[in-house]
Amino acid sequence: MDLLYDTLFNGLAIGSVLVLAALGLAVVFGLMGVINMAHGELMMLGAYTTFVVQNIFKASLPDALFPIYILVAIPLAFLVSGLVGLLLEKTVIRRLYGRPLETLLATWGVSLILQQFVRSVSSAFALGLVLAVVLGLLAPRFTPRAWWQKRWTPLLAVGRWIVAGGLGIALASVLGSVRSLDQPWFSARNIDVTAPTWLRGSIELGGVTMPTARLFIIALTALALVGVTWFLQKSAWGIRIRAVTQNRSMSDCLGIPTETVDALTFLIGSGLAGVAGVAVTLLGSVGPNLGGNYIVDCFMVVVLGGVGKLAGTVLAALGIGVLSYIVGSGSLLLVWPAMPAVLNELISFFATTSMAKVLVFAIIVVFLQFRPAGLFPQKGRLVEA
Amino acid sequence: MRKMAVRSIAGATAVAASLSLVACGGGEKGASGGFDGEVKVGILHSRSGTMAISENTVAEAELMAIDEINAAGGVKVDGKKLKIVPIEEDGASDWPTFAEKAKKLIDQDQVAVVFGGWTSASRKAMLPVFEAKDHFLFYPIQYEGQECSRNIFYTGATPNQQAEPAVSWLLKNKGKDFFLVGSDYVYPRTANTIMKEQLKVEGGKLVGEDYLPLGNTEVAPIIAKIKQALPKGGVIVNTLNGDSNVAFFKQMKAAGITPANGYAIMSFSIAEEEVAAIGPEYLEGTYAAWNFFQSLDTPASKKFTADFKAKYGDKRVTNDPAESAYNMVYLWAKGAEKANSVDDNKVRDALIGVQFDAPQGPIEVQPNHHTTELVMIGEVQKDGMFKIIENKGILKPLAWNQFVPETKGYTCDWTQKRPDAGKFKL
Repeated sequence: MDLLYDTLFNGLAIGSVLVLAALGLAVVFGLMGVINMAHGELMMLGAYTTFVVQNIFKASLPDALFPIYILVAIPLAFLVSGLVGLLLEKTVIRRLYGRPLETLLATWGVSLILQQFVRSVSSAFALGLVLAVVLGLLAPRFTPRAWWQKRWTPLLAVGRWIVAGGLGIALASVLGSVRSLDQPWFSARNIDVTAPTWLRGSIELGGVTMPTARLFIIALTALALVGVTWFLQKSAWGIRIRAVTQNRSMSDCLGIPTETVDALTFLIGSGLAGVAGVAVTLLGSVGPNLGGNYIVDCFMVVVLGGVGKLAGTVLAALGIGVLSYIVGSGSLLLVWPAMPAVLNELISFFATTSMAKVLVFAIIVVFLQFRPAGLFPQKGRLVEA
Repeated sequence: MRKMAVRSIAGATAVAASLSLVACGGGEKGASGGFDGEVKVGILHSRSGTMAISENTVAEAELMAIDEINAAGGVKVDGKKLKIVPIEEDGASDWPTFAEKAKKLIDQDQVAVVFGGWTSASRKAMLPVFEAKDHFLFYPIQYEGQECSRNIFYTGATPNQQAEPAVSWLLKNKGKDFFLVGSDYVYPRTANTIMKEQLKVEGGKLVGEDYLPLGNTEVAPIIAKIKQALPKGGVIVNTLNGDSNVAFFKQMKAAGITPANGYAIMSFSIAEEEVAAIGPEYLEGTYAAWNFFQSLDTPASKKFTADFKAKYGDKRVTNDPAESAYNMVYLWAKGAEKANSVDDNKVRDALIGVQFDAPQGPIEVQPNHHTTELVMIGEVQKDGMFKIIENKGILKPLAWNQFVPETKGYTCDWTQKRPDAGKFKL
């Protein structure tokens, strides 16, 4: 019985990380059909936000408040990743709707840019970047309106970004000569996020040791799920989002601002990635490459669950969690010690973390052969599809 | 001699480099500090990608050694003082890139020697290049052994200078039940094969082993297995590399697998720098075996650390790989002075028997192209430093492992003029 509880708890623990990481992707990929390869990097930004919040609490607030820094980090990470996602949607993804291959390549490029950004960002760099973006976005306001109706307007549209970029680089290099502004904020090294003491221990319950960090993640996942479900099912904007997902042109005709809906959906999906980023700092290391460790698993969960269905995402993630725990820990050997030698050999062969992953992937591939649309196939139509 | 180089060079950068070389070597002697010429050496580490975190420190230690040697008058051969000029290349954490850049350093830059590599995979990728061109590489990292090339000098520990003494110590002091955890690639797999043989011979018991793909952070199944296999404590030997360590120790602590609960955890890839990155609070009380610790209390060790901090910043720490990298530059310079030439073949022969007072203490290059090493076991303290709890003294390297049946009884001796000098039965 202990073994059953143990398996369930650990499966739930592994699965909840997957749910949380994949939830944002399920929104973006599922509801909008956007293949966002930068999803992992949005998680990474959430993790870095946690790091910054932790340092602020350490440096300038009373020690007694330190244990709650992680609670403060969650909404902030949502905000930071969400805003970066919004910027991404406004600048890149908006132009690529309905072109999944181009979206895939473009967002992959964005993921590389974000990785390099956290490696090399310094105060000078950041100020230069802000200047360039602000100038680029506000250029139409400062130039005569007539310029924007000429035949060479497309050139101007590109030209303003070149000019803004040039000015940004100039500012960055001028400021870069000041030593204190030139110091990278994070550098390429991994950073150390220390969980508060209450998330470092474990509690014993019914013979199962439950690490509090895992319990925290499970609770956070549940909360995020409830929040997203409520938002999509009950709130006005959630209903608009679902309407656009089901029939874009009809929604447009009925007066739903589809562009705003797209931006909002992407913001929420990205923000959820940020929250997942906070959660994974409790488990592993935080560095520029963090996203790469999760992106494949995220897509796997969403595809297996059935694109566009949150319930499918949850079930798929928990299923993968329990399955990889059962296979990886070899606990079948304990349940049935007298199994035939051949089977025993086979199970021990897959009972390492690497091989468990191979087996889980193989099972998913076979499953998708029979149910190509995943656990819960979408019944309506996909955006633009 | 150096004009030869100009002829065969195609790349514009290289031409520029050799022009400046001619300028320095020729006219203005005073400007370059009274040198009679220059000698180029290659530095080939990952300065970008996953491994950059670790390899940057190693490259910095090599550059520091080069600066020190130059400040002391350079390499003195044939009555001339030669300034060491490092040519840096980036292996970019990508093994084929290492091979490609090694070729470039040898053919285009005509370096006298290459210092480089970290992972065994990068070394294995470069090895064919150095053998084909009969050039030579210095490799600074403790590794799995089972290799003895005429074209590589290894200044890190072989298993009998790190893993084996550590396992013997664990067997004697900490328990007989061993659980092995490692990353899924060549070093942990080979090191664990050796350890399993050693456990058989010395009366230990293997209760389980598991491998995690590089970069994976989901260690819940491993922790469950450790708890099943070692419910009341025991020995865990960890050969995880890189990021996985952070996940492993954070989650082990949460699951109560800690030194306080009777688990002795020994890591072979965690030095001062990694301790700082993972966080000392997760590692306190665990063990590591190395040939150098920053806390080693000798004047040479303290000077090395002080110089390193002065050059690269007060927050930096020194560790075994950095010390080993620092040593190999000095060993090469001493080899060149002994050979009275920077010609790679002459230096290679002269290097055997060269001694150096390293930060860890005296080391000597052995006929099997590995060095003698001081072997110590340390325990992680609150401040992230190691307390040295066992000193095994200076041990000679064995390239071919004596616990593994396939290589038992084999040795390597490049002073012998026989075709199979790299691996022959005694």
